[in-house]
Amino acid sequence: MRIIPSVVAAALTAAVSVQAQQLSGAGATFPAPLYQRWSVEYNKQVPAIQVNYQSVGSGAGVKNFLQGVVDFGASDAAMTDAEIAKSPRGAVMIPATAGSVVLAYNLPDIKNLRLSRAALVGIFLGKITKWNDPAIVECNPGTPLPPTAINVAFRSDGSGTTFVFTQHLAAISPEFDEEVGADKSVVFPVGIGGKGNEGVTALVKQTPGTIGYVEFGYAEQNGLSCAAIENKSGQFVAPTAESGAAALASVELPENLRAWPVDPAAPGAYPITTFTWLLLYKKYDDAAKLKALKDFVTYGLTEGQSLATQLGYIPLPEAVVAKANAALGTVE
Amino acid sequence: MDNPISHAGDFFGDNSPESTKMLGRSLFDRTLTALCIGLSFLALVPLGSILYLVAKNGLPLLDWSVFTQLPPAAGMTGGGFGNAVVGTLTMVGLALALSAPPAVLAAVYICEYHPKSRLSDGVRFTAKLLTGVPSIICGVFAFAAVVLATGKFSAFAGAVALAVLMLPTILLTSEQALLGVQKAYREASYGLGATRFQTIFRVVLPDAMPAIMTGIMLAVARAAGETAPLVFTALFSQFWMGSLMEPTASLSVLIYNFSTMPFEHQVKMAWTASLVLVFLVTATNVTAQLVFSKKH
Amino acid sequence: MAVPAAAANDPISAPVRTGPDYFLWLCRAASLAAIFVLGWIFWEIFQEALPALEEFGASFLSGASWQPNRDRYGVLPFLVGTVATALIALLIALPPGLAIAIFLSEDFLPLPARQFVRFVVELLAAIPSVVYGLWGIFVVIPIIQQVGTWCAERFPDVPFLAGPAYGNSLLTASVVLALMILPTITAISRSSLVAVPRTLREGAYALGATRWETIFGVILPTAAPGVVAATILALGRAMGETMAVAMLIGNSSRLSWSLFAPSGTLASLLANQFGEAEGMQVAALMYAALVLVALTLAVNFAGEAVLRYTEKRTAGIR
Repeated sequence: MRIIPSVVAAALTAAVSVQAQQLSGAGATFPAPLYQRWSVEYNKQVPAIQVNYQSVGSGAGVKNFLQGVVDFGASDAAMTDAEIAKSPRGAVMIPATAGSVVLAYNLPDIKNLRLSRAALVGIFLGKITKWNDPAIVECNPGTPLPPTAINVAFRSDGSGTTFVFTQHLAAISPEFDEEVGADKSVVFPVGIGGKGNEGVTALVKQTPGTIGYVEFGYAEQNGLSCAAIENKSGQFVAPTAESGAAALASVELPENLRAWPVDPAAPGAYPITTFTWLLLYKKYDDAAKLKALKDFVTYGLTEGQSLATQLGYIPLPEAVVAKANAALGTVE
Repeated sequence: MDNPISHAGDFFGDNSPESTKMLGRSLFDRTLTALCIGLSFLALVPLGSILYLVAKNGLPLLDWSVFTQLPPAAGMTGGGFGNAVVGTLTMVGLALALSAPPAVLAAVYICEYHPKSRLSDGVRFTAKLLTGVPSIICGVFAFAAVVLATGKFSAFAGAVALAVLMLPTILLTSEQALLGVQKAYREASYGLGATRFQTIFRVVLPDAMPAIMTGIMLAVARAAGETAPLVFTALFSQFWMGSLMEPTASLSVLIYNFSTMPFEHQVKMAWTASLVLVFLVTATNVTAQLVFSKKH
Repeated sequence: MAVPAAAANDPISAPVRTGPDYFLWLCRAASLAAIFVLGWIFWEIFQEALPALEEFGASFLSGASWQPNRDRYGVLPFLVGTVATALIALLIALPPGLAIAIFLSEDFLPLPARQFVRFVVELLAAIPSVVYGLWGIFVVIPIIQQVGTWCAERFPDVPFLAGPAYGNSLLTASVVLALMILPTITAISRSSLVAVPRTLREGAYALGATRWETIFGVILPTAAPGVVAATILALGRAMGETMAVAMLIGNSSRLSWSLFAPSGTLASLLANQFGEAEGMQVAALMYAALVLVALTLAVNFAGEAVLRYTEKRTAGIR
């Protein structure tokens, strides 16, 4: 192998070049594109700070955070009190951005599908198997629904997306809670699993008659049709940045900033919406690192929010940003 | 080698009583030859399909700037993956340096020294045990052994994960390579008064080298394309590599990251990175083969 | 393979030279290091799996439901899926893989043509598994879906072909795996075919054997240990493959006889759930990895049995 000496030499040369302040983070997959974008944009403003973020999954992110091998973590499910108790350096959870989970479907001639709560639960429990089932026809008056089979697509990998989606279904249907339950990976009684949003998107795109749940940004970028979902107040709400923001605004965040709009009742609120959190330690030993991290997170909470809409995320409501900034202040 | 069929035919002559049987045998031979060639080329069809897919999607963004620029974050266009190329070369190179020498030496031990000893059995047993272990486990191991010990994600940890992934493959293929060396060579060497060390180094290893290289290349090719061991050890970086002890980008993780994004430019970039990765591995392979076939 | 190692290279009475053999110590150290590292990995998996081992014991293997949120873990569907995909992949890959290896080691076509084929097959090894997965999604899935629908209509009573046929299925994963393991089979088999001494081949020709009689009667049996080793490595690779399988198999934990039904494998289960797993789920996943290791071991023992059988049958030649 002739490449080794030259590579080693290159590595050594690079090693003597200027060292920037490096911050590394790992965790949730859902916000990874946004965090990486923040990292690049922030590096343009402050070249001395390099932030590395890699998606390893929320579960692994929390684990790495507790093991202290990262400078910050990230999780779609925040951290449980038991997990926080295990952290030797404490933990501060900061909501950093938010997103909706949408029901993407493939019915070539139908653009404005509406799904009632009963229809949504029925489909994912395998009780409703045809598109022209009375439960679906009922909430789509005048739409010519085909008599074809419904193919269900779900996320096969453990994901915050599944967590949020099943959490909502379990909240609106005791039967779903009983049979499937809410978690990052669950077993649906029907359908096939795609790995990642891209896997579910491929399943939906490939076969007419398929319905699956993906992140809003994914459906938006891929031009998938998304169903309007009935919320607690009986309105059918299509997923948009506004309807997502309405759901977020309806949540009163507790002191630890961990809360989910599980079944928002606010008018115009899209029912399946969630925050995602950055996990910071309560104490940092290295003052330079602490300052760099605080500056980076502040950037994300302020200027960074303007990038959210462009990438298919929902910017945080003002009130949440204020609380998040206050929480950031407690980090020392 | 000449075609033995024609020789045999000439020898027996057409009017020999054997001729019908001969004809049957010859037909059997020709059919099998055709089948063999046919199957070989048939296997090229799916490969052509894959390469076409990679080239079709990867070529549009391929130019020199992908080697000199940093990865474009979501929603940005342009950019490249120069840091990931450097990261992959470094980590795979380092992994090779860590795994190939012990693997080949261990193979020498279990073939040339004490094939029946307990130690040899143990080596074979553990190596085989781990051929089917998913690559993610190598990542879990390197995480526990290096990342937890040093307290951070690093290129070095990534290299360890890849080295562990490569070790069983190189070891077992080297064993096969050494077994392929004819006993007569060794006997001749000893007969000339060579020591065992001289025999191994001057006769056995050079003769087995092409086959050992095949195993090494298989291991390198696999390691270069694996995502799971690197995600949990080297993590990723948006920036140029500064040292071996910091989070480092790699082509495979970049391909994974970008192919899971909803943005068209990133997905295209993932294809381009795949194309570059295939090219890099192939170039290494060809170079290695040229070097080693000349020597021999 | 332990047996041929002993048979082929009984250490020849080494010439006596003075001084310690430092090289022997180096090799021994390397062997110990290899055992140490590989054993360490095994220990690591075992330790992480321990809670699940204690909790579920053998029922883990027979359980058919995998529900992390209920802390119910049974790997039977994934165990079946792993064995099925790997065996079908091997069934598909072995004939062309061997054919190519023979083609490369014989002189049917001039050297440049052979070098081209060899180059192309080695290219297959260089393609990252994510790309195999994407290729499967774009190319294989539509084909399998059509074939499956056709089969399901024609043979509704054959359980292996029963519908409804999905594109993301056991067969799709097997086909792509077959392609992924082809280079392993070919490259290692070719090495051992090339290593067959010329004298053996010439002897067979001199006795009047045709080319294929020589290949089947002399060359393949002589190269058998290498071919078996190649097959086992390939099978191991097929069982351990994560990413491509996870992208193609449909990831279902429901047991089904049909080739066209979604299924799951142990390795893809790990790839799907490891990142988000917590607590007992991590232990259960590591237990699944242990099961996979045990499966690899079984494959190896089977391979050695096959080898011993071939050796007995070809004892005259060797």
